[in-house]
Amino acid sequence: MTRAVPTLPRLTLGPVQYHWSRERLEAFYAEVAAGPAEVVYLGESVCSKRRALRLDDWLAFGEQLAEAGKEVVLSSLALIEAESELKALRRLCANGKFRVEANDIGAVRLLAEQGVPFVAGPAVNIYNQHTLALLARKGLTRWVMPFELSRATLAEILADAPEGVETEVTVYGRIPLAWSARCFTARHHNLPKDACDEVCERYPDGLLVRTREEEPFLAFNGIQTQSAQTYALAGEIADMAGLGVDLVRVYPQAEGTDAVLTAFVGLRDGQLAAGAAQEALEQRMPVGPCRGYWYGEPGIAAETKAVS
Amino acid sequence: MDLVCPAGNLPALKGAVDHGANAVYMGFRDDTNARSFPGLNFSEGNARDGIRYAHDKGTRVYVAINTYPQPGGFARWQAAVDHAAELGVDALIIADMAVLDYAMRAHPDLPRHLSVQGSASNYEAIRFYHEEFGVRRVVLPRVLSLSQVARVIDQVPVEVEVFGFGGLCVMVEGRCTLSSFATGQSPNSCGVCSPASAVRWTETEQGLESRLGELLIDRYGKGEHAGYPTICKGRYAVGDATYYAIEEPSSLNTLELLPELQAMGVRAIKIEGRQRSPAYVRQVAKVWREALDAVAHDPDGFTLRAEWLAALGKVAEGAQTTLGAYHRPWQ
Repeated sequence: MTRAVPTLPRLTLGPVQYHWSRERLEAFYAEVAAGPAEVVYLGESVCSKRRALRLDDWLAFGEQLAEAGKEVVLSSLALIEAESELKALRRLCANGKFRVEANDIGAVRLLAEQGVPFVAGPAVNIYNQHTLALLARKGLTRWVMPFELSRATLAEILADAPEGVETEVTVYGRIPLAWSARCFTARHHNLPKDACDEVCERYPDGLLVRTREEEPFLAFNGIQTQSAQTYALAGEIADMAGLGVDLVRVYPQAEGTDAVLTAFVGLRDGQLAAGAAQEALEQRMPVGPCRGYWYGEPGIAAETKAVS
Repeated sequence: MDLVCPAGNLPALKGAVDHGANAVYMGFRDDTNARSFPGLNFSEGNARDGIRYAHDKGTRVYVAINTYPQPGGFARWQAAVDHAAELGVDALIIADMAVLDYAMRAHPDLPRHLSVQGSASNYEAIRFYHEEFGVRRVVLPRVLSLSQVARVIDQVPVEVEVFGFGGLCVMVEGRCTLSSFATGQSPNSCGVCSPASAVRWTETEQGLESRLGELLIDRYGKGEHAGYPTICKGRYAVGDATYYAIEEPSSLNTLELLPELQAMGVRAIKIEGRQRSPAYVRQVAKVWREALDAVAHDPDGFTLRAEWLAALGKVAEGAQTTLGAYHRPWQ
């Protein structure tokens, strides 16, 4: 079974991608504090117009989670255009307490300038080992693989990766496929983006987009467009450990995140077989699974020519 | 302001040069550039001829090497950089940090521009590329408002180039994998978006259907204009409504903003469309040359001429043109 893996990857919880109310986030992170995630990423990484929480609120969550023994990382906004967003980014990068996940090169510059170690999130385009090494010289200590990359590419990168850099791979969550200056959730409600009423709060897992044949395709999450399907790599964890993946990431969803994390712990520790874990995960998905990217196929593919 | 025109092949390059482009941009015939389409781009011989033609008439030539190499292909991107340098081009347009780094070390005197695929949407990001890789010019993503463009120009030590006309990416360039989600190939990884090899057209009882792989992107009734099935330009069902859920098919046209772009210090205007015909390039270059000359000569007296709009309207994609993000009121 999976007990023979070299080092068990640690389990991380990515930042909440959706607009959740303060109450919902408080309840969620209370559960996370008592749950099995070992590293927790916090913060608003999608839209600066979501104002339910400010940096101080996220820092308070961070303290709470750190006390519960979690490693805490603060995630930065992926698309930064306005001066107000840069101001908020500077405060985040200078928080002095927690490591930051840079989700754009502006954040990389600010963190490198301060000489603090940082994580590069999946929205930073690291497609080869040379880019990884360049960023490692600027202070990168961990990178989260971009979704689009395959196992084959990861293996090549890790064969030549810089020393002292940790690798994190997402194993569960709707895939962030694109960012825009426009808000497609507001557009759906015929609202201008500058008076959006934060309408995306109505969709705690995003707003489902179907083809004209009713096939689930995408999910609108404000300015971010996600896959409708949930990326799920369960049976692949043992292989990842063998490749040298240090951490595996689960993204929060509206319901059942704790059960998802528990399934991955069971899988990783050899208590749960891959098939049973996959089944448990699929029961929790808003639509259904996809896993093509890992196999170098269209990302939406659920059935793949799996490697042994 | 310079006029930078697309050159998908030699006739397009000559058309751009003859009709007043200050610079043309081209790619080689592989996945090192973001328009890696069948039948497009330059072989070695064509590139030499094109560069000679342009240089003889005082037009600069930029080469786009603006996709993201994965480890197995990295040597191909290095070879593209070396090849461009050997051909004597005037600048490289690059997105990936490792390619920028290689170009800087191997050919330090060859100017480097940060491609729009580099997704530098704020001045801190642009400063990073300048400090680390000596980038001389940045091409801004098509998501910034005019005031944001002005702010960037005030804050960065590099030249700024913006898109003026052509197809409109509503998503941030370099950060969109919709195409690989559906087809396995994306602009970042393969230099293609919604690749032709994945497109299928089917006549059905409900109308003409366009698909990417198995996915239905749109269906057209009789008399409806059928567009290329780019994912972001499809019609989808959201809630109870079926509509252009991401964007209406339209193209960017910022002609009327020229006085403002000039006043804020934009260095160059880029025309999109290496995949378009030589006729498109000639037509667009001609109009924009006249407009840029007019605004340079008399910015206060600049007015749009009806014949410009008519000429551009004939070659625009989709039924309408738009100012894109430049004129949005929000921050």
